[in-house]
Parts: sequence; structure tokens; C-alpha cells
Amino acid sequence: MSINAAAARATPPPAPYYDVARVRAEFPILARQINGRPLVYLDSAASSQRPLAVLRAIELYETTMHANVHRGVHTLSQTATDAFENAREIVRRFLHARSTREIVFVRGTTEAINLVANSWGRTHVGPGDEILITYLEHHSNIVPWQMLCAATGAKLRAAPVKPNGELDLEAFRTLLSARTRLVAVAHVSNALGTILPVQEIVHLAHARGVPVLLDGAQAVPHQAVDVQAIDCDFYAFSGHKIYAPTGIGVLYARESLLATMPPWQGGGDMILSVGIESSTYNDLPWRFEAGTPNISGAVGLGAALEYVESLGSTAIAAHEHTLLELATGRLAALPRLKLIGTASAKAAVVSFTMDGVHPHDIGTILDSEGVAIRTGHHCAMPIMESFGVAATARASFGCYNNAEDVERLVEGLQKVRKLFG
Amino acid sequence: MDLKELYRDVILDHNRSPRNFGRLEPADAQAAGHNPLCGDKLTLTLRMQGDRVQDLRFEGQGCAISTASASLMTEAVKGRSRQEIARLYGEVHTLLTAPTGELAPELGKLLALAGVAEFPARVKCASLCWHTLNAALERAPAPVSTE
Repeated sequence: MSINAAAARATPPPAPYYDVARVRAEFPILARQINGRPLVYLDSAASSQRPLAVLRAIELYETTMHANVHRGVHTLSQTATDAFENAREIVRRFLHARSTREIVFVRGTTEAINLVANSWGRTHVGPGDEILITYLEHHSNIVPWQMLCAATGAKLRAAPVKPNGELDLEAFRTLLSARTRLVAVAHVSNALGTILPVQEIVHLAHARGVPVLLDGAQAVPHQAVDVQAIDCDFYAFSGHKIYAPTGIGVLYARESLLATMPPWQGGGDMILSVGIESSTYNDLPWRFEAGTPNISGAVGLGAALEYVESLGSTAIAAHEHTLLELATGRLAALPRLKLIGTASAKAAVVSFTMDGVHPHDIGTILDSEGVAIRTGHHCAMPIMESFGVAATARASFGCYNNAEDVERLVEGLQKVRKLFG
Repeated sequence: MDLKELYRDVILDHNRSPRNFGRLEPADAQAAGHNPLCGDKLTLTLRMQGDRVQDLRFEGQGCAISTASASLMTEAVKGRSRQEIARLYGEVHTLLTAPTGELAPELGKLLALAGVAEFPARVKCASLCWHTLNAALERAPAPVSTE
């Protein structure tokens, strides 16, 4: 090895400069005062805020382009269709999907999973079959499968987690059986922030010929996602967690699977021709988009993904990781505070409890200081039960948070301790 | 929005050392309350003497507001008749949701909950115990009328 090569290896490449002040300026809501203090928004895992780029894209669409899509021959119908389909292409590029035929617009992650459960599930799952999930799942990746199991006679199985919040991969491997028809797991846990080893999960499942659905709601805002590299079969996410509006989300489905799936909802736009006796269904992906879609939502999602691309998913992830390490260290140093979920691979989520103080009281006291966090069961009651708690307090970080936000959180928690003793 | 108004000393005290905490065995009636939003759970057991609540206990887990409210409630209703309790519940409900400024003196220590009205997200925490008490009273045997 040459001296130069050794020197190059010893010096890590400089971290790309991330201008968080510039990012914050893009989010008008961050200028708000809450209870007389500047807002500290630490609830992005529940819903993120919107940058000007998204708000302006929606305004431009609504003020100059709107009509119904895929219908009229008039100019606006064409501009609306172009804007909508352009958003689909942006999503394809963002997820590294092969084709826009694999990108279905839905209301959100919940609807995406329900689509798979109803369409793919009802045709591929029968009595005695099993769906395998984990204890980390959000209710939206539990209840649709319970409903499918009730309708088909299949069984829902769940792989447990280890005390640090990581998936027990050995238990998962054991639960994966000849009866398993589908594996449906979170890419990132919303309650704990654990990043699941999805590549390994897909590898194990595919070795048995079992398709895999990933709930990516908490993953896409925090890391680059490549569905081809992961090799998953379904990938679902919501726009509002990645700086887009509510009411728009995406189901990615491998084309060979999607092509065999019956339509889920019937109506306009999902057909080619309709007679009274029967209809011919539209091509992919429109076959799964009955009715007039959320066009401006899709436009907003496209703008949000381009915004994230402009900052760089890797740069956002690095910035958030710095905040996660800072927050973890500062919170762990507070007396009688317990971190819930300390997996080695984590997104920027810190879940915790404080001895003698209910999370709801923590939430109210922090709010009085202008600090917004989530308290409760985070729509993930099974994992709360696994940890023997009814609720936790959760601070979650986005591209716009900074070190001062962490300090304000710590100050607020010190105030909680002072009040409750 | 004044935190000190919400977390008054009486509230903090009853949260730290809830009164009438536990379970009556045997009991004339029992009811469970659950606030799915925050996971608060409360079980109430009571014994009747004719028309009156002779004794009652509560147990469960909840926030300071829900625990203190339940603790204060048990003290306030012990020995009272169904009708007196119904009237008191009406006063508490007004105090929590639409305070008029004229505070009913019979509320006594329950007035410590006056700060809750300013925090709409927390009203359910304070009222959970009262809904649970109402459910228990509905189940409790009514006295046999001799008229």
C-alpha cells in the first residue's frame, strides 16, 4: 500500500455540508410561536411539515392546470394528466422501480396495505395458510391481515423483538414455514425507530418462494430506498410523512404480481369498456385507481420527493443521525429516564418513559414550552405490550430539526422532572 | 395556558399518593374504564349500603390528571346517594368542559381540577373515572323499595 493511499484511508472524507438553517427557512410553519415559544416540531413520524416547494407546486397546479385526468380532450385535461403522470414518474425514479406500471397511487400506507390484503390476499390466501408479520408493526400492518385471516381462515403469525427493539431474526426464521403465504413487515418501526434487516428478510422469504410486503412509511423520509436492490414485492408509503400533503400515498408492486391481481375497487378510470353484464379492466397501474384520484396530492408528492432529492436522502440521513446521537446521549443522561428501543440500526426516533410521570403529562408540559412530541401507544399496541408499557413519549426528527431543538427538548424534560419531583 | 393551573399541588399530591387505591373484595359492582387514545385503564369496585355508596376503590394506570381525578372522586362520593352523585357529576362535567365562572361550592376539593378546561386534550383524562363510576352504579343492585 502506498503512503498516499494509507493517508487517504486514515482521513475520512469530509461530511457534505448540510445547511439546516436554509432548510428550516423553506418550512413556513416553523416560524410559528406555540404558547409563546418558537415551535420545536419533534413529531415528524406522525406527520411531517410541508416545504414551500410543495405548497407552490400545489398552488401552481390548482391555479393553472386542474381538470379531471385521463378523460377530456381539452387542454386542461391534458395538463392535469401530464402533471399526475409526471408525479408517478418521479415516484418511480425515487423508489428505483423498473416501470411506472408498478406505481399505484393510493390514499396512504394504510390503503396500500388494504389493497394488497384484499386483492392479492383474497386470491392467494386460504384456510391453514399463514401471514407473517412482526410485533413491531403499526396497526395498519396488523389489522388488514387480521381481517384477511378472518375472511379466509388463514392465521396471522408475529415474530417477536429482542429487548433492545431489534427483530429476533432467529424467531422470524423459525416462524417462516411452508404455510407462510406472505411476509409483511415494517422497513422502519414507527414506535421505536428500529431499522429492520429487510434485505435479509426478503432473502429468507424468497428462498421459500414467499413474497414480501414492506411498510415503508417511516423509511422513505429518512433513507434512500431502492426496491430493486431490496428485491421486495410490495412497498407502501404515505406522502404526508415525507413532506407531501395528507391523502396521497403509494403502493409499489412488482409488475409480475400486480398483473395477476384482480381489481380492488370498481368504478371510473379503472376500466377500458363497460357493459351492463361485464367490463374490461384498464391496464396497469390504472386498474387499481378507481375514481378520480387525488391529483393535486400526487403533484405535491412529486414536488416533495424532488425536494428530498435536492437535499439528498444520504445527506438528510447523515444530518438526522447526528441529531439522533445527540438526543440519545442527552436523554440517557437525564435521571430516571428510560430509552425504549436501542437497536444498533435506528432512524431518528427516540422513544422513552420517565419514572413516575405518565407520557401524557410529559406531552402537555413540553407543549407548554412550544415543543411538540407524540405521546401514547403510537398505533403500535403490540410492541408497547412487549415492553410492558401502555405508552411512551416519542421525539422524532426530520430534515428541518437542529441541535437547538434537542436542547429545547432536554430543557422541557428538566422542567417535567422539576414539577413532578 | 398556565401549567401551574393544571398541575396544582393537590393534583400532584393525589397523583403521587392516590387515595382509595386498590380493589374491594367482595364488591357489589365493578366497572372498567379505558381511554384507547392514551392507554389509560381504570378499574373501579364499590359497595353499596341501600342507595348510598358505602365504599369504593380504584386501580389502574394513567396520567397525573386521570389518577388525581379518580382519587379525588373516590373521596368526594363516598357515603353519598346516587342522586347526590349524579348532581356532583353534573357539576364536575361543567367544571371540565364549560366552566361558568360561578363555581359550585359543593365541589370542594374537586375544584383542583379547574385548570383542566384550558387543556381540551386532557378533559377525557379527568372524566374517565366518572364514566367508570356511572357504569358501576348502573350495575350495582338498586335498593328494594318497600313502598
